[in-house]
Amino acid sequence: MTPTLDPTFLDLPYRALGDVALQRASELGADHADFRFERVRYQHLGVRDGVLQGAADSEDLGFAVRVIHRGAWGFAAGVVLTPQEAAAVAERAVAVAVVAADMTSTPVEIADEPVHADVTWVSAYEQNPLEVPTAEKADLLIGWTDRLRRHAAVQHATASLQQVQENKYYADLAGTRTTQQRVRLQPHFEAMGTDEATGVFDSMATLAPPVGRGWEYLTGSGYDWDAELAEVPELLAEKLVAPTVTPGTYDLVIDPSNLWLTIHESIGHATELDRALGYEANYAGTSFATYDQLGSLQYGSPLMQVTGDRTTEHGLATIGYDDEGVATQEWDIVRDGVLVGYQLDRPMARMKPELNGGRSNGCAYADSPGHIPIQRMANVSLQPAAEDIGLEDLVGQVENGLYVVGDKSWSIDMQRFNFQFTGQRFFEIRDGRLGGQVRDVAYQATTTEFWGSLAAVGGPATWVLGGAFNCGKAQPGQVAAVSHGCPVSLFRDVRILNTNDEGGAR
Amino acid sequence: MTTTTWTPQSLVEQALATTTANHCVVIVRDTTAANLRWANNTLTTNGVTHGVDVTVVSVVEHPGGMASGSVSGSATTQAQVAGLVAAADAAARAASPAEDAQPLVAGQESPDWEQPPVPTDITVFDRFAPALGEAFGTAGAAGRTLYGFVSHAHTTTYLGSTTGLRLRHVQPTGHVGCTGKDRSLTRSAWVGGATRDFSDVDALALEAELAQRLAWAERQVDLPAGRYDTVLPPTAVADLMIDAYWYAGARTAHEGQSAYSRRGGGTRIGERIARPGVTLYSDPHEPHLECAPFVTAATSDNEQSVFDNGLPLGRTDWIADGELRALLQTRHSAGLTEQPVTPYVDNLVLSVEGGTGDIDTMVRGIERGLLITCLWYIREVDPQSLLLTGLTRDGVYLVEGGEITGAVNNFRWNESPLELLNRFTHASATVPSFSREWGDDYFSRTATPALRIPDFNMSSVSQAR
Repeated sequence: MTPTLDPTFLDLPYRALGDVALQRASELGADHADFRFERVRYQHLGVRDGVLQGAADSEDLGFAVRVIHRGAWGFAAGVVLTPQEAAAVAERAVAVAVVAADMTSTPVEIADEPVHADVTWVSAYEQNPLEVPTAEKADLLIGWTDRLRRHAAVQHATASLQQVQENKYYADLAGTRTTQQRVRLQPHFEAMGTDEATGVFDSMATLAPPVGRGWEYLTGSGYDWDAELAEVPELLAEKLVAPTVTPGTYDLVIDPSNLWLTIHESIGHATELDRALGYEANYAGTSFATYDQLGSLQYGSPLMQVTGDRTTEHGLATIGYDDEGVATQEWDIVRDGVLVGYQLDRPMARMKPELNGGRSNGCAYADSPGHIPIQRMANVSLQPAAEDIGLEDLVGQVENGLYVVGDKSWSIDMQRFNFQFTGQRFFEIRDGRLGGQVRDVAYQATTTEFWGSLAAVGGPATWVLGGAFNCGKAQPGQVAAVSHGCPVSLFRDVRILNTNDEGGAR
Repeated sequence: MTTTTWTPQSLVEQALATTTANHCVVIVRDTTAANLRWANNTLTTNGVTHGVDVTVVSVVEHPGGMASGSVSGSATTQAQVAGLVAAADAAARAASPAEDAQPLVAGQESPDWEQPPVPTDITVFDRFAPALGEAFGTAGAAGRTLYGFVSHAHTTTYLGSTTGLRLRHVQPTGHVGCTGKDRSLTRSAWVGGATRDFSDVDALALEAELAQRLAWAERQVDLPAGRYDTVLPPTAVADLMIDAYWYAGARTAHEGQSAYSRRGGGTRIGERIARPGVTLYSDPHEPHLECAPFVTAATSDNEQSVFDNGLPLGRTDWIADGELRALLQTRHSAGLTEQPVTPYVDNLVLSVEGGTGDIDTMVRGIERGLLITCLWYIREVDPQSLLLTGLTRDGVYLVEGGEITGAVNNFRWNESPLELLNRFTHASATVPSFSREWGDDYFSRTATPALRIPDFNMSSVSQAR
């Protein structure tokens, strides 16, 4: 069944408020004005050891007016849904622009875009999880922790489910009107145990990615929960008594459940044009992939093909039109290992008209009605090989290495050079064969060296769309959900640390 | 601010009057905020916002105990509040008895309960903004580029309950951060801090300090990874202590899952975990760091409980004279661990007995070492040791013979804040500080000293500038 726009959202007075706000902004002389009305509904469930620990529903409802006036940005947001308040918020946005104008040395301009007169878009899902009874969802999570705790190695188990329904209405002075809806959810479970002989504590979590799907994801569409719930306790038991890793240089076969996060940090953020141009310098940072290197920067091995897109089905950054009324797209970021593209919003596209035909590629996003849209990440993904290459094919190419599965800890510097990641599971590879787990592992590398060491990528059957709900950026801080697809991949000669050795104890 | 006649108090009273649950707690937060952001010596995205967030926690008595339902949303009308109450009541009725159930906190009323929300708006920058424009000119003329952000918010919280609580708290939160770079973008410096009202923020002074720091970096020195005698300034110490605080949940420690767990079972409360003379505490009445003196919890988890809403907060020593004294407790976890109830407080102070002087004093005592500006992208690597990783950022300075002689490349580091509290050799006086990593969005009320670590683990070199 194709989902439709939620009638309770359609009943809200967004069109009338938008008309009032845009008219008032126009009367006050704004060169550009846009109006965004949003309702974002959340539900979080948390279970610990077979007991529902917390359940909370929340809703973010409000609207925002953004203007360009006297060459400066102005932005204001409110929550009182009356025409008077819509006009007042427009006035406050213009007032902010007036204050800002004296300190805006480079007048703000945005790229022209086609007008989308009155369009709607709804994401691909079968059943809205927020419409499933809470008790049914809690029972499922409780059942997960109960199953995990049946194993002797598991002393405690947690499970959680975050669900989001996002409705947005966008209107601007040029005449674009978009009304959209998307659903996403993030299930999680984790088993924890302690080895009595050594006192070592550890945990093992699900590899399930967050997705732009509905409740059907929890009942078998796209993920085999039963298999993983059966597997994790055994893996935890093995990890608790696994030998500690010997630090050194290893070949890594990296599973998509881990590699998505490395892509996010070392490619996704590095190819945001606002970062490359300095607009994020005080907070998340800039980028080593500076604009002058477009078309020449050897990002990695020639096997490396990376795309940005906001259109892939079930992607967390997927939507029909972005928060500046731009139809979403797919494009190349790295082709044959060379940097060839960036992520753009309308202001960035105007600054670099030679990119994308002078148009935005649809990467504007605000996480709430109280925040201004900024350039946010598309679904940035590594493409698989055309051939049918599987995990065993890659493992077979390794004499001394590790197979890395699942994400855990992540950190990268403010220009996206130096990173360090851990994982859920690290399996030894010796002479082309997978062995048992080792523990206390982190891998550390520099972005271009790491991607330059990419020796093989798996085929389409190994490609998985991973992702996160909690990508942070901007001041004031905003979070965004984004997906990253990739195949299992082989990297040569990566530095492996032993985290016990790094621990600081002398 | 609006043309409607609602007040936060009326929203609270309406919710409490219409609930059909056995008990109910209502929290209304009225927040106004203003901000300016700049990059490349020009303003970029600026804004003002107003939000009213209402949380309704309904409690229903079931045969097996009390169950709760929590619903939050933007609400400024009776109909919106009625919708939240109905949803919370229904959620509580559908829920199973809660494991953290406790009697709701008994009534008391803040003397200022009837007062309206305290707003802020763009005029809070009336003095700062023109000075910032002047700073752009000064920096630009000298070949420097400024990137930064200022934010000011007022959140007025109203908490009412069917057990008679009527509590109000006004929380001003403000901060400034500014990064400066030279024309070639190879030198970078940062200054930042927290403020309650922007009366103490001088844009031209910030620019001058950045200019001085960029001048320090005219000589650039490449150093390899290794362990260095390192001065962590108060902002970096705040970064690390916030993590030490956030991971101090009593229940997870009691269940063997953190650095505060005793091997073999239970918590490490009562053990010496830091050098003698080290005290880490929170106090809602700490001068210049004042925060809410009562618990507000929209949902229950390991470190908070909706049943504890309104519980009074006071000074809590987490570490005293080097001994672990308390962990983050709800009344429920306090029962599990058989320890006093010590809920989360929204500020943090680290003090070291005998700590005197400032960063300059500490630098003068170093024969050869490093002075860091701030830390970044800090994440937990190993919960059992609280091993953290992160990077240095926007200025690592070489100290030789007690003087700053140049700037060094950035590093990735791996360290545990608990280890550092045992290994430091010198501490300065405790001063207001501001975490570069967490201060903007989560935790800006900190006071910490600078610490000198004789062997800080710089795990690898970062090329970032």
